[in-house]
Amino acid sequence: MSALLFLLPIVLAVAAFVAGRAVAHRRFDGVRPHSRPSQHAALAAIWVAVPALVVVLAAALFGGQVERGLLEADQPAAVVALDDIRRDAFYADVHRVAGGETPLQTWEAPLSADLQSQAVRAGQLDSIRLVGALAAALLAAAIGGLFAFSRIRPDLRARNRVEGWVVGVLLACAAVAVLTTVGIVASLLIDATRFFERVPVQEFLLGTQWSPQTAIRADQVGSTGAFGALPLFAGTFLIMLIAMAVAAPVGLMSAIYLSEYAGPTTRAIVKPVLEILAGVPTVVYGFFAALTVGPAFRAFFNGIGAQLIGGPLDGLGQYLMLVQNQMALVAGGVMGIMLIPFVSSLSDDIINAVPQSLRDGSYAMGATKSETVGRVLMPAALPGVAGALLLAVSRAVGETMIVTMAAGLAARLTLNPLDTVTTVTVQIVTLLTGDQEFDSAKTLSAFGLGLTLFLATLVLNIVAQRIVQTYRQQYD
Amino acid sequence: MTDALAPTTADRAARLQKGLRRRYARERRFQLYGLLAIGVAVGFLVLLLGRIWTQGNTAFWAHEAAIPVYMDPARIDPAYPQGTNFPQMVAEQQLARLGVTDDAAGRASTEMRQIFSSELKFVAGDMIKADPSLIGRTVTVTAPLSDDADLFFKGEIGRDTPEEQRRVTDRQIGWLDRLQDDGFVKRTFNGRMFTSGDSTEPELAGVLGAVVGSALMLLVTALLAIPIGVAAAIWLEEFAPRNRLSAFIEVNINNLAAVPSIVYGLLGLALFINWMQLPRSSPLVGGLVLALMALPTIIIATRSSLKAVPPSIREAALALGASKTQTVFQHVLPLALPGVMTGAIISMAHALGETAPLLLIGMVSFVPGVATSVAEPTGALPSLIYIWENASERAFHERTAAAIMVLLALMIVMNAAAIVLRRRFERRW
Repeated sequence: MSALLFLLPIVLAVAAFVAGRAVAHRRFDGVRPHSRPSQHAALAAIWVAVPALVVVLAAALFGGQVERGLLEADQPAAVVALDDIRRDAFYADVHRVAGGETPLQTWEAPLSADLQSQAVRAGQLDSIRLVGALAAALLAAAIGGLFAFSRIRPDLRARNRVEGWVVGVLLACAAVAVLTTVGIVASLLIDATRFFERVPVQEFLLGTQWSPQTAIRADQVGSTGAFGALPLFAGTFLIMLIAMAVAAPVGLMSAIYLSEYAGPTTRAIVKPVLEILAGVPTVVYGFFAALTVGPAFRAFFNGIGAQLIGGPLDGLGQYLMLVQNQMALVAGGVMGIMLIPFVSSLSDDIINAVPQSLRDGSYAMGATKSETVGRVLMPAALPGVAGALLLAVSRAVGETMIVTMAAGLAARLTLNPLDTVTTVTVQIVTLLTGDQEFDSAKTLSAFGLGLTLFLATLVLNIVAQRIVQTYRQQYD
Repeated sequence: MTDALAPTTADRAARLQKGLRRRYARERRFQLYGLLAIGVAVGFLVLLLGRIWTQGNTAFWAHEAAIPVYMDPARIDPAYPQGTNFPQMVAEQQLARLGVTDDAAGRASTEMRQIFSSELKFVAGDMIKADPSLIGRTVTVTAPLSDDADLFFKGEIGRDTPEEQRRVTDRQIGWLDRLQDDGFVKRTFNGRMFTSGDSTEPELAGVLGAVVGSALMLLVTALLAIPIGVAAAIWLEEFAPRNRLSAFIEVNINNLAAVPSIVYGLLGLALFINWMQLPRSSPLVGGLVLALMALPTIIIATRSSLKAVPPSIREAALALGASKTQTVFQHVLPLALPGVMTGAIISMAHALGETAPLLLIGMVSFVPGVATSVAEPTGALPSLIYIWENASERAFHERTAAAIMVLLALMIVMNAAAIVLRRRFERRW
């Protein structure tokens, strides 16, 4: 119904365009107008479509609330007595019944009759709403059209007006990016503040106990809920560290090799391979980490453990025998591989930005290639490379699928790569994919974690981009 | 003078020689490290793809049983053939054929039933429904084998594994061998993989529902992100005055490009589902979230291809009396279009593989059907991979790898399209 309503502005616009062009042709007979008839027609179409679109949008956005208000203004006593959540469910079912569907719940004696009576009213209101929206949209379009058509004169600068609208639309599209940021910050802040009302910020940031199971019933035992996120930060940090230990040297070395040593053929082969590696979705890396790398590493360490058991390193052997698939090393290692192309392509740009004259100077002094790289290129490129690595760190911190699939859920404060740890992103996914109680501290804590993650990556990105930019200007 | 220095030069030369050898050795080592680093990256890619192929190629084949079934009039109600317990009927007939007597608890017939997929019931029921005269005759019913029996024939479940550690009993192995010897078992192309939605039974599960869900989602994403992104880029590149506002928008876009994807999932959950009350796990919400994510990438790609159009084009158009808007829309944008489309396709391919935000907007729930509108709940290809990877049945593992192959194939097609577009239409100035 409302989907068809959205077609109305388009139909009106086409009609206004055709009519406007005819009118313009007639009125411009014999004179030389400022703008061409089709530009006048476009202006008329805008003046018809925009008011209609505004009305239709307003009806779609606020019509439901108005209708609910009207329904509630005159509701039976039994419905008044319901609590908010039940009343929401009741009115959801009212709409289902009004639309000819069966209600989701069975309602008790007085409510079942109320459901039917309210559904009849809702049905009436729905049709009033539809007709009202249609009439209002047509009226708005007519007023806009009258205004526009009365102004179709040879001296109207229609082209400039139309172009003003076009630039306005372009600006509005660019503003979507700002609105997205506002949306992210607002949605995270609102729910995070509600969380921090229940759990103090310092307890969240510095507490060492993470077990977000809150009691559903008051008399339940052992589920008081503890929201100390420090173990999650430690786990995130550990996995990030392992990932960077793989990605930084490998990514950097391959960038150096590609830009300083490799011939065009090697480059032509290796670059696409790195691009493929960058294009593989993270869920695929997660699958590989969980089902191939995890079991392989576990078998490897268990094998070493079996050798050591009974020997002088018996304790270590016992420990290695208990190592699990979900160790931090697996998730971190695979994440490191995922980051190689990222580090490599960023460093490649930065190394290539170092002027050739610096290399030539170094070679002229008799330095070998590796000496040139180590003593001339690297010091010159260092700030840029540091920025690239920071961007990779921010990626590693925010990466979700690999850790969700290959790291564990045990919130543990450890830096041992063979232990199972959990990360901020894993906890967000776990908290929000199970059965959620709306508004509980458990669900809200995910937004607290999300806000922390957003701020951390934001700071990392800003710092990194600042570094990369300042460095780039050096040689320009 | 030369003579006086001769011994020292020789000495120095020897020292230099030694130093040179050391330096050249270091040089070779350094080069080796570089090769090693590239080897790690390439080797990992080969390992990854090879592993997915070896794990997943078996999923494209499945074993079917084509068994003669006597449509027992005593058990089939012609008015309601769907109600017949066909699996039990078939199991008992097979036991009778193999000369096994069922015990009181029905253990043998239960084990025999487990060999066949539950689909048997629907296949046989549909046959009777289509042609009730089949009752009382013996007809060949073709139905998939159960996932465990299928894995046994594929060699994934070994005969040598101790009985208690495998999901197929010794007795079932014996029966399966007999069925095969009698020529009842066929290896066929697993068409179900591509024609059906998700299922709790691995042998019946397919990727179609997820592919359609992903396609609907990408449709929403493309319809929103490409026009808005291109428009935003045009404003920033061609119209924006160099002031605080445009600088602020630019910083915003750069930062949005680096926000972790899961944060977009939180935004989608809070904004689209909890606040706007849009339907959970629908392609509409998924598409909206992915559109917001793809926006910065599209803006950046469009800007760089607009930048590549030389200023002379703009100047020529302006000199001939075109307005600023006419210049941009009639001259600059058409010339930049191949680059814009390439960037858009690549960002769509990227959006296709994005998983984390989908998990938060409810795409982890089991959705068996195939969606027909953007407001219906559905799965998506990457979230299906996540769900199957988590499933406990082993048969889902090979199907996960197969679903990954489908996802990668789609991505390769999209990227290839982008490359072809670039090759054919890109102009160098």
